Amino acid sequence: MALPASYEGVVLAAPFSTTYQRYSIDTAHFWIAKALKGSLDAAGIRKDELDGFSVSSFTLFPDTAVGLTQHLGLSPAWLDHIPMGGASAGVAVRRAARAVQAGDANIIACVAGDTNHIDSFRQLLSSFSRFAMDASYPYGYGGPNANFALLTDRYMTEYGAIREDFGKICVSQRDNALKNPNAVMKKPLTLDQYLNARPIADPIALFDCVMPCAGSECFFVMREEEAERRGIPYARLSAAIERHNAHREDPIQLRGGWTVDIERLWEMARCSPQDIDVLQTYDDYPVIVMMQFEDLGFCEKGTAPEFVRNHDLTITGDFPHNTSGGQLSAGQAGAAGGFIGLVEALRQVTGQAGGTQVKAARKALVSGFGMINYDRGLCSSAVILESGVQA
Amino acid sequence: MTEALFPPPKKNPQKRSIKPTRPPEVRSRASLGLTAAAAEGRFALQQCTHCSAWQYPPRDACVNCLSTDLEWNEIAAEGTLIAETTVQTSPRLYYRERMPWRMGTVQLDAGPVILAHLHEDVAEKSRVRMIARLDRAGQGVLVAMPVEDTPLMEDASLMRELTADPKHRRILITDARASNAPAIAKSLFDAGAATVFAGEAEAWRPYPARSELENLGVDIMPLDVTDTLSVQTLAGEIGGKTDILVNNAQFVRPGGAMSRNDTGFARDEIEVNYLGMMRLAQAFGPAMNSRTSDGINSAAAWVNILYVGALANTAGFGAFAASQAAAYSLSQCLRAEFRDSGLRVMNLFTGPTEDDWFQLLPPPKVLPQAIARELVKGLQAGLEDVWCGDIAKDVRERFRRDPKVLERELTFGSEGP
Amino acid sequence: MSILTQLAGALSSGSVQVIDLTHTLDPDFPVIILPPEFGQCARFRMEEISAYDHRGPAWKWHNISMSEHTGTHFDAPSHWISGRDLPSNSVDAIKPADFIGPVVVLDCVEATENDEDFELSRADIEEWEKAHGKIPEHSWVLMRTDWSKRSGAEYLNMREDGPHSPGPSAEAIRFLIDERGIRGFGTETVGTDGGQAAHATPPYPAHYFLHGAGRYGLQCLANLDKLPATGAVLFAAPLKIKDGTGSPLRVLAMVESA
Repeated sequence: MALPASYEGVVLAAPFSTTYQRYSIDTAHFWIAKALKGSLDAAGIRKDELDGFSVSSFTLFPDTAVGLTQHLGLSPAWLDHIPMGGASAGVAVRRAARAVQAGDANIIACVAGDTNHIDSFRQLLSSFSRFAMDASYPYGYGGPNANFALLTDRYMTEYGAIREDFGKICVSQRDNALKNPNAVMKKPLTLDQYLNARPIADPIALFDCVMPCAGSECFFVMREEEAERRGIPYARLSAAIERHNAHREDPIQLRGGWTVDIERLWEMARCSPQDIDVLQTYDDYPVIVMMQFEDLGFCEKGTAPEFVRNHDLTITGDFPHNTSGGQLSAGQAGAAGGFIGLVEALRQVTGQAGGTQVKAARKALVSGFGMINYDRGLCSSAVILESGVQA
Repeated sequence: MTEALFPPPKKNPQKRSIKPTRPPEVRSRASLGLTAAAAEGRFALQQCTHCSAWQYPPRDACVNCLSTDLEWNEIAAEGTLIAETTVQTSPRLYYRERMPWRMGTVQLDAGPVILAHLHEDVAEKSRVRMIARLDRAGQGVLVAMPVEDTPLMEDASLMRELTADPKHRRILITDARASNAPAIAKSLFDAGAATVFAGEAEAWRPYPARSELENLGVDIMPLDVTDTLSVQTLAGEIGGKTDILVNNAQFVRPGGAMSRNDTGFARDEIEVNYLGMMRLAQAFGPAMNSRTSDGINSAAAWVNILYVGALANTAGFGAFAASQAAAYSLSQCLRAEFRDSGLRVMNLFTGPTEDDWFQLLPPPKVLPQAIARELVKGLQAGLEDVWCGDIAKDVRERFRRDPKVLERELTFGSEGP
Repeated sequence: MSILTQLAGALSSGSVQVIDLTHTLDPDFPVIILPPEFGQCARFRMEEISAYDHRGPAWKWHNISMSEHTGTHFDAPSHWISGRDLPSNSVDAIKPADFIGPVVVLDCVEATENDEDFELSRADIEEWEKAHGKIPEHSWVLMRTDWSKRSGAEYLNMREDGPHSPGPSAEAIRFLIDERGIRGFGTETVGTDGGQAAHATPPYPAHYFLHGAGRYGLQCLANLDKLPATGAVLFAAPLKIKDGTGSPLRVLAMVESA
């Protein structure tokens, strides 16, 4: 398959993350507005200058991106609503980049945010997908915990991963989160605490699971000249892929859709895994992090447990990974969980990451994964960013 | 291996009875095909009529060829458990109250991958046999069982949730005088029932089977389903410990509308077959509804014995069949009203039975022992519809094929000159 | 003083007492059992309409249903084929004076104790008349057996060969009608005939002859042991049912205190 047209001339800028909050009495609208304002203020762009708007959220009901335009007083020429959960940032970037390249829009705000009321999680589960409703939730109603427990069980059987391997990922991310003031988790986590935590759905225990919370994330997509003209730090979009419902013949998910497109990703970005300075994976459960290490090409299929054992995944380590603490330690703010990695990567390569900054981070890979429709996640995406102008 | 279930100790009178909760009920329309099959204990999945591809979860179009012609067919039940988990926490109250809960991923030999309940006797990553059952929300669910039966497998807590096993339960048979009462009582005792009550109308009228019931150890209680006060009185006495109610009260006489001169027998048919069920439901229903989560001997099922003419009128017994249609319809109403508590309504349909009233019909006829056997099997599998005997099965097949054709088949006139 | 004023005084002073000869209408009270292919006598049934509740906040009432021949009841001539063509043969057409009249009680308790199928004969009646005088014309004649003290299965006393209970012979009934001109005949059992009367000639002779002659029947009576052999007055007024062949009713007797 031929490579797609280059994303040359397209840049990402104005990363903004709100402080995450375990429970919120506010709405998704509130959280989305906060992030949007944060990015606008950071870039010194007026709301009326936006002519493109892309939204990801689970808790906007009964509104969509359409209702938000009136709610927030926007008048975009290009509007998108991306219901792809953990894969939504990569997908939003791909679409926005092409719109900017084609001149359909000049400045597109990509925003993701959700609230988390006391009962939001239960309600979200109850209407998540038809297949889940028909064929997954009636069996113990464990939600994604149960789904990932099954994948983890199989992964352990198949590749010999042990709980300590998953624990190392979680413990490293907690270490990173302590440097991120926006994170929900504020206390260190030891491997012992991880191993002895309350069981959730065997073999998954408490610290394998993300903490649902409220929060939002935003970034802008524009042409490089636009960012230059305004003097805003930016990163170039080197490559991006997405894939949905890949490998449907696999009886259980031990690989994601990245494997279908990964060669094109590297080819398009004209680099290889060794060139990546910082990696942001989708991390609702550590098993999927291991699959991404493999499927994105950082190690062979089945060797991620060993890879984890042999690397330091913290900010100062030899393999900086999920530097903001990821969802496992910063929290999962609904659809914003799909944005957390990209917004952090954008900060990293533009030198705006503050306490979580990886030294000399110029190339970042962000991958997304989402939507357990029945027995597996259906959506995958990945994006490679490269430093343009640093702060 | 499953541990034996023992009769529950006497209930602590200071403890509140647990209110019934349910697993999720909402399903897509396509998915109700699974429920329909499970209601008869059949393990069926959707299959494409064009390319024969099996589908799961249930779909509206073939995952392989996009044909929208999918039909539910029985499929080979063997498969392999490839992953499992024991869910320890759930936001859903029903499961929260029943944690931990074992479930897993099964790859069927025929292809589809199924998330399923796991019987406790299934070994890790082993071969399994799938069955379909109705859960407490009345929806079809799939269960991975050991390939070979294990001792006491029916005692597993999962199976107690998915069935209405008579074991350790207290059961009321509503008509002691019915010719099938002794056979039903015996089968229930053989299946481990703790107590069998039988309702006796008009104790001033002797009947031969009484001593047989007494010898079996049945508790004979006064009950006349045509008498509201009598029904209420018995419900007051044993309503709180009736775990399964078997409504075998049936009034039958031959004849249709015009072949009878009056509405006398029709009234009796309606009084017993239709209003009797309603009186029983009004008197026993509320207590049974409130006791579906009451431990080992929780309220579990309501059984009606119906004539298959409920589906399409059988002219020789036309008026009786009409009363059975009314009773059948009311049983569906009861299902809806029992839905929230998870109490099952099982209808056992028979063709003509071996008794005085069906004397002039040719065989095959259904014997009391067959009714008793199928009734107990149905409870043990938690079924909603049991078709007892060849005629009932035949009518069911014809009804599924085309109800209008069945109606025409059952109402032939005489040839004439 | 007029007779009625005297009667009212006697009733209030207690020198005339009112005896209730009626069983309570109860859903479980036995009714006559016929072969099952025949139409059957409906049992008494009662359904609440409301009971000071959402169905009617300040009142309680019931719908009741039963046969004309349920419980303590009255048989009109039209009940039997022998009386079907008589004039004024239904409960609504009988002249009201017929509902009140003198009553004599034939004590058959001992005979019934010895024989459940005891058949009252003409000779028994003549024997009774030796002690109590000739039965006055237009009297109710009640056959006392204390059968009303039985309950449950004992009452119908049903066996494989049918019910067993006392009743009058054909000859006795014809004697009472033809030679004593009685108004009607009453029993404590479920019918005016004995339990085995289907095997008599004609079958059910009490029904056949009483109603064929335009006379009445009373069944399922109680408290006959509280009546004198002679001298009481019986009130037995059935419901006024159009073309009714009988009716449950309250049967009362006035008795002078000794």
